[in-house]
Amino acid sequence: MSGYNPSQRRPDGAALAMAGLLAALGGVILWDAARLHEIGGYSGVGPGDVARWIGYALLGLAIWSGIAAFRETPVRPPRQDVVSVLWVAGGLAAQILLLKTAGFAIATGLLFAFTARGFGKRNLALTIPVGIIFALVVYLVFAGLLKLTLPAGPLEHLFLGK
Amino acid sequence: MEALSFLMQGLSVAMDPMLLLYALIGVTLGTAVGVLPGIGPALTVALLLPVTYGHDPAGSLIMFAGIYYGGMYGGSTTSILLNTPGESASIITALEGNKMARAGRGGPALATAAIGSFIAGLIATLALAFLAPYVVKVALAFGPRDYFALMCLAFITVSSAFGDSARKGLISLFIGLALALVGIDQLTGQARLSFGVPQLLDGIEVTTLAVAMFALGEAFFVAGNRATGDDQVIAVKGSVWMTANDWARSWKAWLRGTVIGFPIGALPAGGAEIGTFLSYAAEKRLTKHPEEFGNGAIEGVAGPEAANNASAAGTLVPLLTLGLPTSATAAIMLAGFQQFGLQPGPLLFVTNPQLVWGLIASLLIANVMLLILNLPLIGLWVRLLTIPKPWLYAGIMVFATLGTIGANPSPVELTMLLIFGLMGYLMRVHGYPIAPVVVGLILGPMAEQQLRRALSIAQGDVFTLVGSPLSATLLAFSVLALVVPMVLRMRGKGQMLSQLAAEED
Repeated sequence: MSGYNPSQRRPDGAALAMAGLLAALGGVILWDAARLHEIGGYSGVGPGDVARWIGYALLGLAIWSGIAAFRETPVRPPRQDVVSVLWVAGGLAAQILLLKTAGFAIATGLLFAFTARGFGKRNLALTIPVGIIFALVVYLVFAGLLKLTLPAGPLEHLFLGK
Repeated sequence: MEALSFLMQGLSVAMDPMLLLYALIGVTLGTAVGVLPGIGPALTVALLLPVTYGHDPAGSLIMFAGIYYGGMYGGSTTSILLNTPGESASIITALEGNKMARAGRGGPALATAAIGSFIAGLIATLALAFLAPYVVKVALAFGPRDYFALMCLAFITVSSAFGDSARKGLISLFIGLALALVGIDQLTGQARLSFGVPQLLDGIEVTTLAVAMFALGEAFFVAGNRATGDDQVIAVKGSVWMTANDWARSWKAWLRGTVIGFPIGALPAGGAEIGTFLSYAAEKRLTKHPEEFGNGAIEGVAGPEAANNASAAGTLVPLLTLGLPTSATAAIMLAGFQQFGLQPGPLLFVTNPQLVWGLIASLLIANVMLLILNLPLIGLWVRLLTIPKPWLYAGIMVFATLGTIGANPSPVELTMLLIFGLMGYLMRVHGYPIAPVVVGLILGPMAEQQLRRALSIAQGDVFTLVGSPLSATLLAFSVLALVVPMVLRMRGKGQMLSQLAAEED
């Protein structure tokens, strides 16, 4: 750690955030472990003990991260295109919300179109129909030929005639 | 020659026409998905897991073997023609192979990779078949404390021995171990970290986590870094066939790569990629054409590619005989086994020898199929590389969710997929390794069970853990694997270690 000069450098925000998350996770585990009945049996180690060790280890790593945030040179991650990531994540959220009611093909078609949007194909009027057709083909292959159970909606019933 | 008769038996199982068809489908799908840019074998296996759901265990696992070998083969094609290795083990292949492709010798580069993979896969799979019974015999004598020590060693080598930072590796590992706590405790039946959500009582599905972290995390990551320019696919010009000179320079490299790669993969520790680096270094030292290295030397493709395949087959030794996954791909294969309620390990060889030997035999068959299938079809696979990214990743997202939906179409499961996907993305952005999370989730409960069993046997005496020579040695190695790299890094010699870093999938 040569060249350490606190006045020149701000702490590494990502490492600090990680320290906070790890501390929170460790805390939750310790809290959860505290309410477990200790049935150690012959081993003297019950379900709560192992959880507790992992909890303490996480707290230790949180402290390590916190120290590293001030002492190590922060590595700048490459600039991220957040909007694109959100489009893809939004596609998945749309699929989760629509899966039960609209069926596999429509919900997954939206996931397909939103993902394509995140990767630069902006024309949703084109990508949504393409996505639905693609997902329908996938449905027919996997549910029909490979016997996978997938949630069906109006479109699927139309094609499998149930 | 016990192994030989078992292997023959296995071959007769695998020769069933239906199973051959499964193997063929597996090999084709594996190559097709593996060849897609950015998709390594781990991701290929994770994405194609749902394809195998509908069949009986034998058929599925054999299809699986084909997917595994196909995915590896496809990965090397990508790195030669696109210079974007889908997996760290192909980085070296990309180094020389892409240079060859740029010089118009892409055909011979692909051919030497394919034939080298075939030869290495053949020898290594045979070595696996002959080695496995011995390891099983030894493993049957292992007690819980030995298993616990073995898992500690695997934890350390997978998470912190290589890479830039022991801290980041250990953080990833403990996130995995924390996730492994979720659900019902196997020994006392108490629910941990389930917060009253019934879906959490079963614990976190390994496949959900693996697909989320590898497939979704990668898709998010590529979407987030879209601005960084596109990769150029290099057309395969000229003859695909190798000249006599190419053969003469390749065959020794293939054999050396195999000899280097297999033992490294077979060790019950992580870091299987090291074989490719060592093989590259060996070829560079032994070559008669040192001036070609860095500009497309065929030995530099042949050796590492053989080492890669040999160590991949090598990782099956600890996976099948000890139930110990030492690479991301092996971790996902283990999840595949568990889907059928099969627990790889010495007992599986005893209780279900037909299945295990059928699997080993079908690895051999898959290997032959790959060679027959791939040399003539190179042109077709290359065309897959030119799929535009929006369509490609849209398709990947569809298949990534398909597996989870097929297994358990609940909003809770899919939401976990989304959350873990975003987690995998953020970990990628900030340079945290992914594989330790998956390995921690899989091995965590096993390690806990063995630990508690060991302590039960000794009535709570902690010193029992170092009580057998084997467990003491393994734990000592674990400590060394943790401490030595940290000291090296502190002395500024960390660069070598980060070069050996096992970058996931």
